[in-house]
Amino acid sequence: MTEQTPVLRLEGIVKTFPGVRALDGVSLTLLPGEVHALMGENGAGKSTLMKVLGGIYQPDEGQIIVDEQPVVMSGPLEAKAKGIVFIHQELSLATELSVAENIYLGELPRKRFGLVDWAQLEANTNKILKKLNVGFNAKTRVGSLSIANQQMVEIARALTVDAKAVIFDEPTASLTDAEKVVLFEVIADLQSQGVGIAYISHRMEEIFKITDRISVLRDGQYQGTVNAAETDEEGVTQMMIGRKLDLSRNESHHELGEVAIEVRGLSCGNLYHDVSFEVRRGEVVGFYGLVGAGRTEIAETLFGLRNPSAGTILMNGEEVTIQSPADAIARGISLVPEDRKGQGLVLGMNCRDNMTLPQVGDLTAGPFVSDGAEVAIFDQYRDKLDIRTPGWRQTVGNLSGGNQQKIVIGKWLSMHPNVLIVDEPTRGIDVGSKSEIHNLIRELAAQGYAVIVVSSEMPEVLHVSDRIVAMYMGRIIRTFTSEEVTEDNLIQAISGIEGGKVA
Amino acid sequence: MAEKNLDAVGRFLARQGILVAFVLFMVGFSLWNPRFIDIDNVFGVIRSSAILGVMALGVTFVVIGGNLDLSVGSLMSFSAIVVLDLHENPAFGPYLAIPAMFAMTMAIGALIGFLVGYLRLNSLIVTLGMLSAIHGLTLTWSGGQNMDIANQDATWFGVFGRGTALGIPIPVLMFGLLAAVLAILLAKTPFGRKVYAVGGNGTAATFSGIPRARVVFFTYIISSFCVATAGLIQASRTMGAQNTVGQGMELEVLAAVILGGASLLGGSGTVFKTVIGVLILGFIQNGLLLAGLEFYVQFVVTWVIIILAVWLDIATKRGKLWSAIA
Repeated sequence: MTEQTPVLRLEGIVKTFPGVRALDGVSLTLLPGEVHALMGENGAGKSTLMKVLGGIYQPDEGQIIVDEQPVVMSGPLEAKAKGIVFIHQELSLATELSVAENIYLGELPRKRFGLVDWAQLEANTNKILKKLNVGFNAKTRVGSLSIANQQMVEIARALTVDAKAVIFDEPTASLTDAEKVVLFEVIADLQSQGVGIAYISHRMEEIFKITDRISVLRDGQYQGTVNAAETDEEGVTQMMIGRKLDLSRNESHHELGEVAIEVRGLSCGNLYHDVSFEVRRGEVVGFYGLVGAGRTEIAETLFGLRNPSAGTILMNGEEVTIQSPADAIARGISLVPEDRKGQGLVLGMNCRDNMTLPQVGDLTAGPFVSDGAEVAIFDQYRDKLDIRTPGWRQTVGNLSGGNQQKIVIGKWLSMHPNVLIVDEPTRGIDVGSKSEIHNLIRELAAQGYAVIVVSSEMPEVLHVSDRIVAMYMGRIIRTFTSEEVTEDNLIQAISGIEGGKVA
Repeated sequence: MAEKNLDAVGRFLARQGILVAFVLFMVGFSLWNPRFIDIDNVFGVIRSSAILGVMALGVTFVVIGGNLDLSVGSLMSFSAIVVLDLHENPAFGPYLAIPAMFAMTMAIGALIGFLVGYLRLNSLIVTLGMLSAIHGLTLTWSGGQNMDIANQDATWFGVFGRGTALGIPIPVLMFGLLAAVLAILLAKTPFGRKVYAVGGNGTAATFSGIPRARVVFFTYIISSFCVATAGLIQASRTMGAQNTVGQGMELEVLAAVILGGASLLGGSGTVFKTVIGVLILGFIQNGLLLAGLEFYVQFVVTWVIIILAVWLDIATKRGKLWSAIA
């Protein structure tokens, strides 16, 4: 330990919810001028800890100490007043207001008669924006900004107060590489002013690039703090999940069955054009490309959520039309959608009812839903997918991201589909659950499912796919087998550079 | 162990907050005025709550499905006027008047269901508009006149409002029976599950192959069926009706549903809870009358109590009484 006075200390924080000990004696020390990573799987307790720190939850035991003074946080405003500033992953901006109004929301500068001092407001804002080196100004309407720039507004907000500690919660989730550079400069700047930075992220390469120390939580328990310079990815991963991680390329080759689904010359407006591919039973085909390349739109078309403007879809050699999700389900097509909370789950419903939702009309005894049949399905897939929940009555919204995703996967596996489409299977999911889900996808293929995986993460596509379809601007640039593919030729393909003639 | 049990009891009570409040209220009022739990008084309250209750059952489906129905009061006036008018029309008579009235009322329900479900119009706007439009339709039908059955002794039509079976008033029986059937429909059938899914997260319901528009459509069909039943009871009980007999009931109905604990955001609530909400509302109003308060005071006190109840409900969920919007 250095002799510096910590800007913030958490001591023995305990927080329990009915049935869960979310935080079990967690302690953390944040020194001035350090970047301190907080890592852990989803459900490890990071967000709960931050909510305790922000006064949204009150701890059952333990203390929050700011500048060596024990404090009770009554809410985010009090935290901000004490110099603890949060930058959330989920943006909390008023999109119809200007950048300046958002940054100073609640504390707009005033002149006589309580009127807003617009000139002062604009000047203050532009001063902060200049530091951030962004391409918009105080008067820009927030709703017209990209997500990344909205994030910058959120950061600008933090710079209005004399912050002692700034907590970044997954700040780079939606940033491009160039924007990340700017963010890291901002962080370095804060650091040099003696601000303590807590940095929550799943992205290892960032952690090792910018942080000084790393603290790890697992299942609500504090696992320890290490100096970033003295450890590596593997070491941190082991602390997080208690074992090693398999990140090898897919090499298992089992027998492929006949073609389960074939697409010929499919187009949909200007979303994608002339797309042709086939997926065999027992095969995982990965769709890789940048956001906007048309991958999700193809998945949605196959699931009946979009009508193609041209082309045909064949299943078992027969041409089919799929006009609604009900049609798709009837033909044995399942889609695990990219937005788990928005599209995949009814968060207020319990685990079982979510899982059986697509087939509830068939699980009947007479006119009534058969309780026994539903519970049987839930139990089967809870065991098969190792879903961790106190019971089927648990509300899905209370589960961790990984377990929620397993509920969605279970929901569609229990339909025994011919074709399983998985869109961004591990978005927002921690490393441990990630590799579980990857193994599961491989296993499903081995059992004879035809699987389509849409993903924006290269290691993921490389790890799970037998073949990889590279897309760029709505077109298939090239289809790779797992032998042909390299990181280089894949990146070239999704950037629109045709590496080969195979289309 | 004992502590754990206590904890479980506490959680149970928190979940059943409205029921607990109801019991406390009943006990308190009875101690203060024993006439309150006199069997005649109790039946009287349930009987006078039946019309409101029947309507609230249907609106429960609409609200759980994530929508509102503010047209029920106006539609109830319509159905009462129509059934009385057709009853007096020699071409119809009581046997044809009732099915004809149900068909017309449910046709209007179908129109609302079409607008909200298939055209995806905002239910607040649609049903607020329909409230007014249906009122106009009723006035046009009746020519602005009140409807009465001329020869009340010559018809069996009064049975729905005035009759009894096994000593229980028919309106109460109808309310109870309808509540039982709809409770089973909502809690035990695939359709009921779909209503919860559509109200809880419509997009996820679509992604699960649930025909969202159709489900919403049927919640309005159910609501209009309940309204028609309420209109029948109303017309039968008084053997006559004003054009405005259901005026303002849409808010009372909504109050009962919310008091029962259904979320206006959709996805939660039960038929049983709505019944409790209806009874609370009925007994509060009855208690106030027994306390000798003027009738008009009811409007004030009722709504104060509803707002208090909603506040307490939210407070138990949040775990604190005071919570600023943050």
